[in-house]
Amino acid sequence: MSTSATAAPVRADAPSGGVRNWKNPILLSVLALLALLVFALGAPANDVTFRLSDPGDALALPELVLSAPLIGWITALGMLALAAFVVARTRRGEPAPRWLLAAFAVLFLIGFLTWVVGSARTPNVALYGLLAGSVTLAVPLIFGSLSGVLCERSGVVNIAIEGQLLFGAFAAAVAASLSGSAIVGLLAAAVAGVMVSLVLAVFSIRYLVNQVIVGVVLNVLVSGLTGFLFSAVLSEDSETWNSPPQLPVLSIPGLSEIPILGPILFEQTIVGYLMYLAVAVVYVALYHSRWGLRTRAVGEHPKAADTLGVNVNRMRFTNVLLAGVVAGVGGSFFTLVLVSGFGRDMTAGQGYIALAALIFGRWNPIGAFFAALLFGFATNLSNVLSLLGTPVPDQFLRMLPYVVTIFAVAGLVGRSRAPAASGIPYVKG
Amino acid sequence: MSVQESQPVAGSPTVMHRVMTGNALVAVLAVVMSLILGGLLIALTDPDVASAASYFFSRPQDTLAAAWSAASGAYLALFQGSIFNFEGETFTRMIYPLTQTLTVATPLICAGLGVALAFRAGLFNIGAQGQILIGATFAGWVGFTLDLPAGIHLLLVILAGMLGGALWAGLVGVLKARTGAHEVILTIMLNYVAVNLVLYFLSTPAFQRPGSTNPISPQLDATALYPPLLGPEFRLHWGFVVAVLATVFVWWLLNRSTVGFEFRAVGANASAARTAGISVSKGYILAMAIAGALAGLAGVAQVSGTEKVLTSGVAASFGFDAITVALLGRSSPWGTFAAGLLFGAFRAGGVTMQASTGTSIDIVLVVQSLIVLFIAAPPLVRSLFRLPVPGAFPAPKSAKDRTSAATGGTA
Amino acid sequence: MKLELKGITKRFGTLVANDHIDLVVEPGQVHSLLGENGAGKSTLMNVLYGLYDPTEGEILVNDKSVTFRGPGDAMAAGIGMVHQHFMLVPVFTVAENVALGNEATKAGGMLDLSDTRAKIRAISDQYGFDVDPDAVVENLPVGVQQRVEIIKALVRNAEVLILDEPTAVLTPKETDELLGIMGQLKADGKSIVFISHKLREVKAVSDVITVVRRGKVVGTADPGASTTELASLMVGRAVSLTLQKEPAHPGEVSFSVRDLVVQAANGQRVVDGLSFDVAQGEILAIAGVQGNGQTELTEAILGLQNHVRGSILLDGQELLGRGVKDIIRAGVGFVPEDRSVEGLVGSFSVAENLILNRYDQAPFARGLSMSSAIIEKNADEKIAEYDVRTQSAAAAAGTLSGGNQQKLVMARELSRPLKLFIASQPTRGVDVGSIEFLHRRILQERDGGTPVIIVSTELDEVLELADRIAVLYRGRLMGIVPGTVSRDVLGLMMAGMPGDEALAQATNVRGEMQ
Repeated sequence: MSTSATAAPVRADAPSGGVRNWKNPILLSVLALLALLVFALGAPANDVTFRLSDPGDALALPELVLSAPLIGWITALGMLALAAFVVARTRRGEPAPRWLLAAFAVLFLIGFLTWVVGSARTPNVALYGLLAGSVTLAVPLIFGSLSGVLCERSGVVNIAIEGQLLFGAFAAAVAASLSGSAIVGLLAAAVAGVMVSLVLAVFSIRYLVNQVIVGVVLNVLVSGLTGFLFSAVLSEDSETWNSPPQLPVLSIPGLSEIPILGPILFEQTIVGYLMYLAVAVVYVALYHSRWGLRTRAVGEHPKAADTLGVNVNRMRFTNVLLAGVVAGVGGSFFTLVLVSGFGRDMTAGQGYIALAALIFGRWNPIGAFFAALLFGFATNLSNVLSLLGTPVPDQFLRMLPYVVTIFAVAGLVGRSRAPAASGIPYVKG
Repeated sequence: MSVQESQPVAGSPTVMHRVMTGNALVAVLAVVMSLILGGLLIALTDPDVASAASYFFSRPQDTLAAAWSAASGAYLALFQGSIFNFEGETFTRMIYPLTQTLTVATPLICAGLGVALAFRAGLFNIGAQGQILIGATFAGWVGFTLDLPAGIHLLLVILAGMLGGALWAGLVGVLKARTGAHEVILTIMLNYVAVNLVLYFLSTPAFQRPGSTNPISPQLDATALYPPLLGPEFRLHWGFVVAVLATVFVWWLLNRSTVGFEFRAVGANASAARTAGISVSKGYILAMAIAGALAGLAGVAQVSGTEKVLTSGVAASFGFDAITVALLGRSSPWGTFAAGLLFGAFRAGGVTMQASTGTSIDIVLVVQSLIVLFIAAPPLVRSLFRLPVPGAFPAPKSAKDRTSAATGGTA
Repeated sequence: MKLELKGITKRFGTLVANDHIDLVVEPGQVHSLLGENGAGKSTLMNVLYGLYDPTEGEILVNDKSVTFRGPGDAMAAGIGMVHQHFMLVPVFTVAENVALGNEATKAGGMLDLSDTRAKIRAISDQYGFDVDPDAVVENLPVGVQQRVEIIKALVRNAEVLILDEPTAVLTPKETDELLGIMGQLKADGKSIVFISHKLREVKAVSDVITVVRRGKVVGTADPGASTTELASLMVGRAVSLTLQKEPAHPGEVSFSVRDLVVQAANGQRVVDGLSFDVAQGEILAIAGVQGNGQTELTEAILGLQNHVRGSILLDGQELLGRGVKDIIRAGVGFVPEDRSVEGLVGSFSVAENLILNRYDQAPFARGLSMSSAIIEKNADEKIAEYDVRTQSAAAAAGTLSGGNQQKLVMARELSRPLKLFIASQPTRGVDVGSIEFLHRRILQERDGGTPVIIVSTELDEVLELADRIAVLYRGRLMGIVPGTVSRDVLGLMMAGMPGDEALAQATNVRGEMQ
């Protein structure tokens, strides 16, 4: 139980000074100095070209040509100013406002992008492609982290996102190949996700096995099972078993022509559209519906919910199964959109990045969405940059989601507060 | 945090008691049941079974016979590849599989001990994979860069490997102690950071094999390698002896030393430990560092025992298997040792099985994870086999139980 | 509504928590359930509230037999419960907490809290609760949180309200307010089941008193019965409510606290400028309602708190800034308030728990190596000396009863030479037999010349043990008064009145009465 439920009737009479949190100011100062050193002082002496739209687009935008040193200095000085402001506020015992942290992040991103592209062999990048590609890479991450939101908000830790995605990808490939219909594959993926969820639910809720253990073991199980079936069945006759038809891209006429945003929002497959829908639905339902209120109650203080007649374990069970649907559909993206066929361990740790996005997004669907986008962007950037030839080893860019998450859970980037009862099985009495 | 604590066993402290209540039986049944399920999977995907099944209703015995031969054939190969090859022409060939099992078990035992030790201190160490990698990187660098006399070189390689793992895991301990960040998330993330870090190192001149564009290091010096334990015809090396010594050490540490007392107290009830003057932070950091050093030993076993070069794949999946090993071994040192041998046998035999019957080695992963799932849920096994419930404890649900369960949550 | 329990029996394994209990609650009645900790009161109420299935027996509502499969059924039948540990989701608003489980929805399952808010305001106005439906619960004081619990029951049209130890967390003033609210509810025709082990309160509000001991109803009493009568009924034998104790012979002051400030992580001053001394051979009791800084004070002395300023001197040596282990070695013995969380490792053996803070010292350890033979010998001695009822020294401490666990902690702390002994809630949740034993041990330590600090929220205990009493309110010292002071004075001080004013006012009241 939370300590606050039995909190002292002690009220702060004195102004709350003394205990100040210096994490943010220190982190921002370090980053701002780094920016000064690298983005401004270390800026390449050339222009950077950002292409904003495909030349073939109906609504072509002009190229954005920026001077790398200029942008470097502007962003670095801006960050220094913001950092100084935060330091001053912390001295007065006031926390840094959220808008400021967001502004800092945006400046850092612009500064970094300009510097890194400017330092490349070809300082010219298609921004529209970079962004669209980021969203594409983020789709399974978003589904995965929504699955995590559904589970953890009801008090069940879901480490098995990786397994759900992988099994979803596998089932989608097989079912779509056998039936010749990508939609059947999509449905099969959802069922596969539910199957993984079912094991998680039965073991963690019914048999009270530690949820992290079940999750970790399930990932191994799914990896082994799909790997075994892949070599025993799929690769023996891939014509029959592993040649899924792809989901068609459904462009919305007109809207998809909008520069930059068009391809991202209005030129997606059905899974892509489902992703946007799922984020919105989960968000609204979680915070504004009866189901959401009960889900959050069960994840925060299950006994309180139980004493009000909410069936805690049934609630958790359904949420975990629902999470399976979501993650399973996300898994289908691998085999029905990204590549045409299943490959051994093809999710390659995306489930763990989804877990990271969930935490970085503070267990909030919208937060998880943006965190996943950021991670998708990092991955895509490293892909694009390795083609352009850059000073930053692409291994470091690939590390980014993980490092950012370590910072997030260590409380260096805001504070993450997990649902209070997450990970604790509920036993009556 | 370990499996036994997630069941209501508030009143069963002794090993004897656990055996009496049938947990050993549950373990055996779990292994048997997992093997049966694995066998079913092999049979179901076997082409002979499929063709026999096409006329199942006219001659069902054909299908059953084919299924039996598929599953038993695979398991026979597994046995032959891991314990004793009765078709071997020489004694060496006959016992070669057993030495292979011990070779594969070596990193599993070392890393498994690391995971188990951390479990006992209440820490969920999912990061053995990364710790092995970093340990192997440190060890490898010392092995192929420094030029030292035999003996000292190997000793330094071992120490470097332990240091690498200890640093990588100790970082988790420090972050957890200082910021309260959850170690499950930290260790998972650090696994991926480690892979990328090693890949980066292997692209730098200090690590990359001269003349190669692949991410691979030069071969380790002969002085940096574990000598063969039973002669050059076997791959088994002195790393296995180190693993045995590590097991003895961890047993002593946990059960007979003040440090282990601190670890166990921190793991079982951190706030009581703190009140008793035990530093919880120090416990977390030290437990993780030692766990990492053990995983580092696994890295040494790989890089200077079996692989002899450093690649980003040097850890194989030993770090993840180590978790299942520790779980199967119920976080006790000798239990982990035994579980390491069992899973080592599966892995070693799996290779032979794949080669001789074409059954994919992935079946080993399936069987392994099923074993752990079943072991973690004794009531399931008992109900499947209609075993009596052991002397029902009224199981007073104390606040302590809840806190220990809570450590399974995310940050 | 008339509520009747007939022959309710509840067994957990071999343990019989309730043994054929009969109880009738008439409409518009306050029915008190009086019993010691562990007598089975809470179990009975959890059966009544549908949280446990009774092993035997039946529940009758208006003379009709009912079965509750869960709290939902009990609520539907008109039973509401205010739990000892509040069942509120801390991060939810009041309205969300009240609505939970009983939510009004718009189209598509969307929440509609407007009706709930209106109901909360109506009830709040009716009973003068002053509760804002949109306040977040974790920001509310404990007294208000309790009212939210009562609102939860009333919104669900409860006719019978079960209050489980509701005054444990309240100040005397808040307690009076609660007793007033209970009167109002009764006047509205609601029945109340009031669970308590505090005789005074039970006598003040009850229409009928049922006394429970060891899971059985041992009798009923009317509120006119004397306190001693009720106490002996509750405990099962004649009890002397006062401990025979010799007057203290305080020696020199060897422990002093100066200007101590402890800040919580959010900057709040939970201990605010405390200064006091304790002499050798005296007991200073720290009284106050739970959560007024007592925990933080004791933890600060032991080195368990982070943001501490001021000075803590033991034998002229500064303790502040030293580590816990160092302070324990300096001779500070500490019995923490929640023994199962802070005092013991439940899965460790009794023997291991007996050396929990000396495991690395001779003779138990030499270097890094521990000696199990000496540890076991130590355990056998302590078990005999403190009469710890356990199957063996190897049994897990978690399997012991509350009283025996407390003896175990006390045995550990008192079995080494001490320069200061601090015991927080030394007898909370302990059966009466053990209480006497533990109190005698504490007095023995005092008489041996150790300065002793007792922290207790139970006035009875404070008055029984203390040579001097310091009262804390919101982290501040309201004054230090002699151990012989009256209950009224302490009550006023616990509600935030400085000691001299409280003494003066109490004298005035007495003067007027005479």
